[in-house]
Amino acid sequence: MDEEYDVIVLGTGLTECILSGIMSVNGKKVLHMDRNPYYGGESSSITPLEELYKRFQILEGPPESMGRGRDWNVDLIPKFLMANGQLVKMLLYTEVTRYLDFKVVEGSFVYKGGKIYKVPSTETEALASNLMGMFEKRRFRKFLVFVANFDENDPKTFEGVDPQNTSMRDVYRKFDLGQDVIDFTGHALALYRTDDYLDQPCLETINRIKLYSESLARYGKSPYLYPLYGLGELPQGFARLSAIYGGTYMLNKPVDDIIMENGKVVGVKSEGEVARCKQLICDPSYIPDRVQKAGQVIRIICILSHPIKNTNDANSCQIIIPQNQVNRKSDIYVCMISYAHNVAAQGKYIAIASTTVETAEPEKEVEPALELLEPIDQKFVAISDLYEPIDDGSESQVFCSCSYDATTHFETTCNDIKDIYKRMAGSAFDFENMKRKQNDVFGEADQ
Amino acid sequence: MALRELKVCLLGDTGVGKSSIVWRFVEDSFDPNINPTIGASFMTKTVQYQNELHKFLIWDTAGQERFRALAPMYYRGSAAAIIVYDITKEETFSTLKNWVRELRQHGPPSIVVAIAGNKCDLTDVREVMERDAKDYADSIHAIFVETSAKNAININELFIEISRRIPSTDANPASGGKGFKLRRQPSEPKRSCC
Repeated sequence: MDEEYDVIVLGTGLTECILSGIMSVNGKKVLHMDRNPYYGGESSSITPLEELYKRFQILEGPPESMGRGRDWNVDLIPKFLMANGQLVKMLLYTEVTRYLDFKVVEGSFVYKGGKIYKVPSTETEALASNLMGMFEKRRFRKFLVFVANFDENDPKTFEGVDPQNTSMRDVYRKFDLGQDVIDFTGHALALYRTDDYLDQPCLETINRIKLYSESLARYGKSPYLYPLYGLGELPQGFARLSAIYGGTYMLNKPVDDIIMENGKVVGVKSEGEVARCKQLICDPSYIPDRVQKAGQVIRIICILSHPIKNTNDANSCQIIIPQNQVNRKSDIYVCMISYAHNVAAQGKYIAIASTTVETAEPEKEVEPALELLEPIDQKFVAISDLYEPIDDGSESQVFCSCSYDATTHFETTCNDIKDIYKRMAGSAFDFENMKRKQNDVFGEADQ
Repeated sequence: MALRELKVCLLGDTGVGKSSIVWRFVEDSFDPNINPTIGASFMTKTVQYQNELHKFLIWDTAGQERFRALAPMYYRGSAAAIIVYDITKEETFSTLKNWVRELRQHGPPSIVVAIAGNKCDLTDVREVMERDAKDYADSIHAIFVETSAKNAININELFIEISRRIPSTDANPASGGKGFKLRRQPSEPKRSCC
């Protein structure tokens, strides 16, 4: 330390590591610090299992039936990657894919009337599905063809719909879709957590349905990917990118103070030393007085010794419980992964139930999800505040990320990254900015 | 001839010559002005060992070892680790034990460990006795060589010895899942309804 940097980054969450990588690749001198001894912050995968018990203050520690502690890598936030989503694009442009291996999530299910139904991944499955009646299926198919053909730059594809003005409710009405189909479309395909989108212009919803179907087409089975060894591999991969382009990494580094002069950040003090910088990126935990609370999320990590019932023994899956099935405002999600992903000991499964908190009794709110998972060997309950920055950084040059929300994908996280980039760099984010500028693999040509 | 891909990770203090050893092995070159490790992700070289081809994928630290910030992914799946110290700097041999401990904590259980005492061309300013280092390496069942990346001493021998010690394929039943690498999509994904 006691040096000058262009950018100092505090916290090694996924958002911070991606931004660190982008800044380093673009020639900025970056110092990246975390008070924890591990990468990932709130988006880490906790290992060994003993650490998870400690973190959740379960004093007796894991029983022997849990196997070797080091075989566990338990995600703190339950998310998957959309196969055609922005995070996959970021991985490909930066070639951070080089350090990671993925599996396709084996299925997506939706809860209806107390039971779960597979979200069809093929035409055959769609025809056989009990999620909707036969005549509804034909109208739904017409709707999906419309969505697939829709091109916001080609009015000929609009069929009388105005992408900027027609509400999604009116689009559904145009195709004469019933309430069951509307619920399925909005929550299991467009992945909205509430029904607020119905009265918004339809373009966003159409694009989200497109993203789902394009992601599904990529690998089949489901639109989701998951990295072996857990989501914590993602921040590690982007941190490695930053380091290769000169970023300096320090873990176990407490931050004593962020030094401001005339309302602008000039440096960071740690263990008595000061590193100076022009700009600062951090997660909300480093600047509690400059963020505001924006809700809460509950996440219950459950360890199971069995696949979830009625999932055809899937070793990974998502379950969506649409909000109106359980008289709530927001959907409840379950993300399940297992030993097949090198995140649990042999024969063990990790299912995480999560939702936006709406009442003073959040654990009661997720009970419909927990009932699907029984018997549960062990539960870890986390209720987390969501934070967002108070200021946009234009004067302070402090750029704070938003907390990870209750969605089960990373699209909102990537939007946050693009927005921070734009405010820092003064120009719109372009995936081309993420490309490696020079060769950094040597030896034989193929890689 | 069967091809085996073997990930090798490098460990050791900043400045001991980790990258130079690999450059000598992969490109047979030496740059005395090499910067602290920047710009190298990994390096690959395929060599024949008995009836097999061994393709070494050698990961460099990207400088993250400087402040003890190597990530678990760096160690993951490694068949071997080369821990390097500088024979002219006693402190780099002292911290070697820390690197061994780190490796035991994060690396695969059956990883092959090699200890390389680099800069053996500088015997006139030696601070670490070869015997002491060899005794330590033997005590932890590690390969031991003194090397000079500059003068190309014992570099190939180091990797030959790693090949010799790598368990044969049959001895390593695939534990845990195997995934796939993401590839760029050829444009225009096929349309599909769900």
